[in-house]
Amino acid sequence: MNRYWRTLFVVSLTLLSAACTRKPGSASAPKPTGFGAALVESGGGKQIGATGMVLAQPLVVQVNDEQGTAVAGALVEFSAPASASFDPPSGLTDSSGQLSTNVALGSMAGRYQLTAHTSTKAQKSVELKIEEIALGYQQQVGYQLDNKYCARCHNPESTAERVSNYDNLEVKPHPFTEGDTLNKMSDAELTAIVSHGGPALNKSALMPPYGYTLSKTEIEALISYIRLISDPPYHASGMVYAQK
Amino acid sequence: MRTSKNVLSSLWQTLFGHPVRAFGVVSLLLLISLAIAPAKNHFSEWRHYQKQYLALVRGRGDAVTLQRHFHDGIQQIWLPGLGVVDRCTTCHVGLKEASLADVSTQPFRVHPVIPHTLDQFGCVMCHRGQGPATTVEEAHSSTLAWEQPILPARYVQSSCGQCHRAPLTGTPQLNLGRNLLARYGCVHCHTIKLPDGSAIKPTDDPPSLEHVADKTTREWIYAWLKDPQAYAVTATMPNFKLSDPDARDISAFLIAKSTPIPGDTAPGTNSEKAPDPTAGASLYGESFCASCHAVQNAAGNVVGGDVGPELTRVGNKVKPEWLRAWLRNPRIYDAGTAMPHYRLTDPQVSLLTAFLGNKTDSDLLANVHLDAPTPEQIAHGKLLVTEYGCASCHDIGGIKKPDNFAPELTRIGSKPLTQIIFLSGMTHAIPDYIAAKIRQPRSFGAALKMPQFSLAPAQIDALTTALLSLTDRAHDLPLALTVPTKPPSNYQPAGKAGQLMSDLACFSCHAINGRGGDMAPDLTWEGSSVQRQWLQAFLKNPGTLRPALIRRMPKFNLSDSEVTELTDYVMTVYQTPAFDRDSMPSSGYPPAQVEQGKQLFYSKYACQSCHIIDTKVDKGYIGPTLTQVGSRLSAAWIYHWLKDPQTMRPGAIEPNRHMDDEDARALTAFLMTLKGSSKHEAKK
Repeated sequence: MNRYWRTLFVVSLTLLSAACTRKPGSASAPKPTGFGAALVESGGGKQIGATGMVLAQPLVVQVNDEQGTAVAGALVEFSAPASASFDPPSGLTDSSGQLSTNVALGSMAGRYQLTAHTSTKAQKSVELKIEEIALGYQQQVGYQLDNKYCARCHNPESTAERVSNYDNLEVKPHPFTEGDTLNKMSDAELTAIVSHGGPALNKSALMPPYGYTLSKTEIEALISYIRLISDPPYHASGMVYAQK
Repeated sequence: MRTSKNVLSSLWQTLFGHPVRAFGVVSLLLLISLAIAPAKNHFSEWRHYQKQYLALVRGRGDAVTLQRHFHDGIQQIWLPGLGVVDRCTTCHVGLKEASLADVSTQPFRVHPVIPHTLDQFGCVMCHRGQGPATTVEEAHSSTLAWEQPILPARYVQSSCGQCHRAPLTGTPQLNLGRNLLARYGCVHCHTIKLPDGSAIKPTDDPPSLEHVADKTTREWIYAWLKDPQAYAVTATMPNFKLSDPDARDISAFLIAKSTPIPGDTAPGTNSEKAPDPTAGASLYGESFCASCHAVQNAAGNVVGGDVGPELTRVGNKVKPEWLRAWLRNPRIYDAGTAMPHYRLTDPQVSLLTAFLGNKTDSDLLANVHLDAPTPEQIAHGKLLVTEYGCASCHDIGGIKKPDNFAPELTRIGSKPLTQIIFLSGMTHAIPDYIAAKIRQPRSFGAALKMPQFSLAPAQIDALTTALLSLTDRAHDLPLALTVPTKPPSNYQPAGKAGQLMSDLACFSCHAINGRGGDMAPDLTWEGSSVQRQWLQAFLKNPGTLRPALIRRMPKFNLSDSEVTELTDYVMTVYQTPAFDRDSMPSSGYPPAQVEQGKQLFYSKYACQSCHIIDTKVDKGYIGPTLTQVGSRLSAAWIYHWLKDPQTMRPGAIEPNRHMDDEDARALTAFLMTLKGSSKHEAKK
């Protein structure tokens, strides 16, 4: 009697644990048919996306051998911190040595460091770090404002749709990624320059004031965007709380 | 069996054998059962999180403030008007604490900055989930008791779309999704009614097929039906995954049904025999065809606009005699086309026909060999055309446009899960269902009619977002909460000038009174802005105002009378009520004021960062070149523009400088002296 119940208990427990651990779609990674020595990024790095959303361009990495020739059939696995995800999370490189994956960033705004990983024939691990940026709602607004009002002068890169005015200016504006300079300025200083123009802080008059064009919320959004994309990264100064 | 009976009876004896003992045992049992409720409360999940939170904040420098903000027990946001009862803040304790920005563990993160507060709308309005639940499982997940799981972050913009009908700066994904619904023609087959009663209108303008035999061959139709993206990667036409015989029969039916239009074809002339390819390419460039039409270059990049169809392989598609007539006057074949009626000369038409005719891909039609169709094939083709709902998008002779060909999607975002058949292995939630259906419609059944669209993952997410915003709540919201969009305008200018503007398709690029494209400046108040002579000269031979722009006004070869007609209309009708354009003189300003204006231009306002007034010194080219602004704009317009650019043209990027009257007048005086080329002539 006792034994019967015990067997039943053990069986149901096994079934239960099996049901809980079975992950849907966790098919084992395919077996590699080629091995490379180096991983390079072919595209999709340094993108600016939005929290939780798929990046506009897929991330493409390429596996090369010692001579720098593309290797087909090498296994590449992607990983990332927090809630970022990949579709597919791993795979074999195609005939041109490349593997492409769609990246969805996590739900917190910030920088995401993604890792692509492959192994050499001797099972030595090769890694490639790729950085992407996720914008939250506020930074997204800032990004749109940057595109409309600021990027034409502050971004030295020209695109087919937008020729940069950077080179035409006598006093060069700071690109928004220029953390070395911008990180030293407080939020109040940046707000003053955006609202009242360069002369407000004894800087170039080529920077016009936007205080009558943009609202206070918009300027806050713009600054929060600038802080997020700054390189090196920006760390808010002020009171640092002791952590236990 | 016997022993167990003995055990039971002895147990009964021990517990209830004596009345005092029985009383004691019953009291104990009663006490335990009474203790269950408080114990459950004490060990509840949310208490665990609240304790964790208190432990987290204890060590922080701002512990006192955070502890003061903390309230023990179940918290609730109750908004009777919205039907919101949200207890999420019971566990998500730090949502309003900006100083917790460094905390990344849930449920203690601070809420990212958004334009609304928690107390205004609660949580489930945006995140879905079960507001009143007090366990994580019930609040977040779809269980048997609740239909509504938490909305994944990638679709969260859909919630903004419940109230906000117009595009928002902060929701690019939602805006894109809504555009795609119209651009990919989803709403030809699926009706989507908006809460204000209107329906989403398609913007893709699929061509009529009633005269298709004049334009193209049966072989091309066959290849196109088999795989539209093989002809043009940017084609929005979906792939119906037709079998070879089905594609053969549909192409047979379409050609058989086609009727000719007189004048939509033109025979070639001898001058075309040896066309100059470079001249064709430069005419294509000068006419700014690329502003609307894209071409895929050797590197595989698609370069050009998306107003008209991609032309990479157009030579495979159109018959030269049709193309010739189309270039001469597109309105004969399609009266409502977005293509302007360029007044091209015959040699120009020949050049362009030859140039475009060479844009071919030898592989495209190489393997298409079709025998003459039989009547059975044509009849079968007609059947297929009806079955696949081709007439939902295209005008096809003899086939009536079906009503509600596909299910209505007006409230798709709240569709009950019980009405959905999920695929095995799929998460049972609305977003997953919608995304899977768009990604691969036929995975839900090979016999389904919905075709396969070519969409990038980000586009699928955008479409899903737009569809998820179509909820019951969006329709039942209190009217005061909805943020309406501007009603669509069907403005049509009157008279002969109006006809001319339709013929030139001005609205494809320019907006006037709320109708039209956004490629070129809004012309609603153009009559107050420019001077008559300048407009006349510009219409005859459009020069460039912004050297950095790649999309420019094409030269239409207008006749003198057409130019006068258009100029008169623009100058009389498109005037702002805000001021009189002749209220300030166009010349004769005192030299001192002009000099003061020049000083202001270069020093105080540093206008040279964006504008050029002297091509030798200035380099800024964000704004229009101002070398001849004194002969282009009216003084009153310049003055009012300087005072407040956004009032004159909403969305203008020139910052409002809050200029005082004296400065604005001095700058106007200076700018009006810049007469451009006429000044140069005077010097000579």
